[in-house]
Amino acid sequence: MSLATSPLSPQRRRFLTDGARMAGGCLMAGSGLTWLAQDARALPANALRPPGALGEDVFLAACIRCGLCVRDCPYDTLSLARLGADGPATGTPFFTARDVPCEMCDDIPCVAACPTGALDQGLASINEARMGTAVLVDQENCLNFLGLRCDVCYRVCPVIDEAITLELSHNNRSGHHAIFAPTVHADRCTGCGKCEQACVLPEAAIKVLPVRLARGASAEHYRKGWEEMQENGGPLVDGIIDLPDRLPGPGTDNLAAPGGFEPTFKLPGAGQ
Amino acid sequence: MKPTTAAPIGREAIEARGWLAAHRFLILRRLSQVFFLALFLVGPMLGWRLVDGTLAGSRTLGVLPLTDPFVALQGIVAGHWPEAAALSGALIVLAVYALIGGRVYCSWVCPINPVTDAAHWLHDRFGLQKGWQPRRHTRLWLLGTVLVVSALTGTIAWEIVNPITMMHRAIVFGAGFAWALVLLVFVFDLAVSRRGWCGHLCPVGAFYGILGRKSLLRVTAARRAACDDCMDCFAVCPENHVIAPALRGKDGATPLILSPDCTNCGRCIDVCSVDVFAFTHRFDNHVEATPNPPPARAGTRAA
Repeated sequence: MSLATSPLSPQRRRFLTDGARMAGGCLMAGSGLTWLAQDARALPANALRPPGALGEDVFLAACIRCGLCVRDCPYDTLSLARLGADGPATGTPFFTARDVPCEMCDDIPCVAACPTGALDQGLASINEARMGTAVLVDQENCLNFLGLRCDVCYRVCPVIDEAITLELSHNNRSGHHAIFAPTVHADRCTGCGKCEQACVLPEAAIKVLPVRLARGASAEHYRKGWEEMQENGGPLVDGIIDLPDRLPGPGTDNLAAPGGFEPTFKLPGAGQ
Repeated sequence: MKPTTAAPIGREAIEARGWLAAHRFLILRRLSQVFFLALFLVGPMLGWRLVDGTLAGSRTLGVLPLTDPFVALQGIVAGHWPEAAALSGALIVLAVYALIGGRVYCSWVCPINPVTDAAHWLHDRFGLQKGWQPRRHTRLWLLGTVLVVSALTGTIAWEIVNPITMMHRAIVFGAGFAWALVLLVFVFDLAVSRRGWCGHLCPVGAFYGILGRKSLLRVTAARRAACDDCMDCFAVCPENHVIAPALRGKDGATPLILSPDCTNCGRCIDVCSVDVFAFTHRFDNHVEATPNPPPARAGTRAA
């Protein structure tokens, strides 16, 4: 019998309409929730996660928003994001470096407090933490880059001379002074934010950014020729021709022979 | 309508036993709700660190971990296996509520309960229509939806909107605009759907309901023969479909309220002037016979 000739029983009809209604409602609610869940992933650039925090893609699956890390932070650095008032997903822990930076406790109490492992218990030393990476974002306003000796970011750095060094160069403006450029070394920077908090400018010239914003990444197959050469005791590929290098100075044809030797023949009047 | 049915809810119970005795479970429940909130609040307010954290996860006296099992389940579905502390905390909570009744959480602990109770009180005062009444099992569908969304997005999805933890966190850690969400639930229950949130939609309640399916602590209508059909228990019960099978059961049917929807709030015990209901355990099947059942009973049945 076809459907057209046999009317559905009322119970079956009701079951089907009810099921369809329910499924439709849940599809709407679920889509809305999915949209909100995706939206919650957008962590603002100035919000830093506590030390040992898993990557943002898995953090929201791991963090139950209990606030135990916040309670156990002895410096009140951490707080739970409030709905609509703070940027990160509501109820998740974060800190703002410019307000209260991380004091890098040796025993890392926030990580010890985390019951779920959203803050990775495997973090053995606070120096291994990567809450973000400091970036000297504004060389034009940084006092050190202007040739002054502010040095505050360098001085407050808990990993001084490793995470931030002062790199000397000639001050071309005055002609006879040095520039002590604060230089961040990302492989040592924990992202604690003390430099950003201490920067004397009204708006910090050095800022701690999430690693995803602060850093590039080299392609996996890239090799640094000079490192490989040192390890290998010679070029990895034989028969590479070393072309002449152009040397600095006036003229267009002051070339160095392979290996840096001076050319045996010099054009009269060329080079210096 | 019989005069006892027409009278305000609980009038006869108050006359029979006094106001206090006719509200004892309501008062106990409010005290319990305040108590569980206070446990979390004395830490930040007075510095006595009894319980740290929130309802989603906490640590009592620095040692005992407790985790909301529904939050933990969403996390697992989303792809993160929690550390031992959260896992054991969730198992402890699971075991306790499986024993005393899952939805005891709803009526004795959850901070949203006073909000929706207040909405219902006002709803009653204004004499509003019951409004949109989705089916009771809508919350089960929502529970499934939440788990699917958690799995798809890799997040603990319900925590993004959960008014329970939102309100609790707002009180313990600072509010933001969480109050707006709580207000939304209040307005929904008041103007859109009577008993709508806790009774029909909340997936947390649905989860705890499933959890307490075989729980030990139950309300029994052991003295159902004494029932005078005043209907006060039906009027006061937030999940009133759970009453009839026990109260109106034929001879031999269990007097226990076995529905997982029952929140063990005890209001039916409060408002009954003839003491039909009592708390007991799920193996206590005895029915008390009353020598002279009230004559009105037969008339109501026929109607």
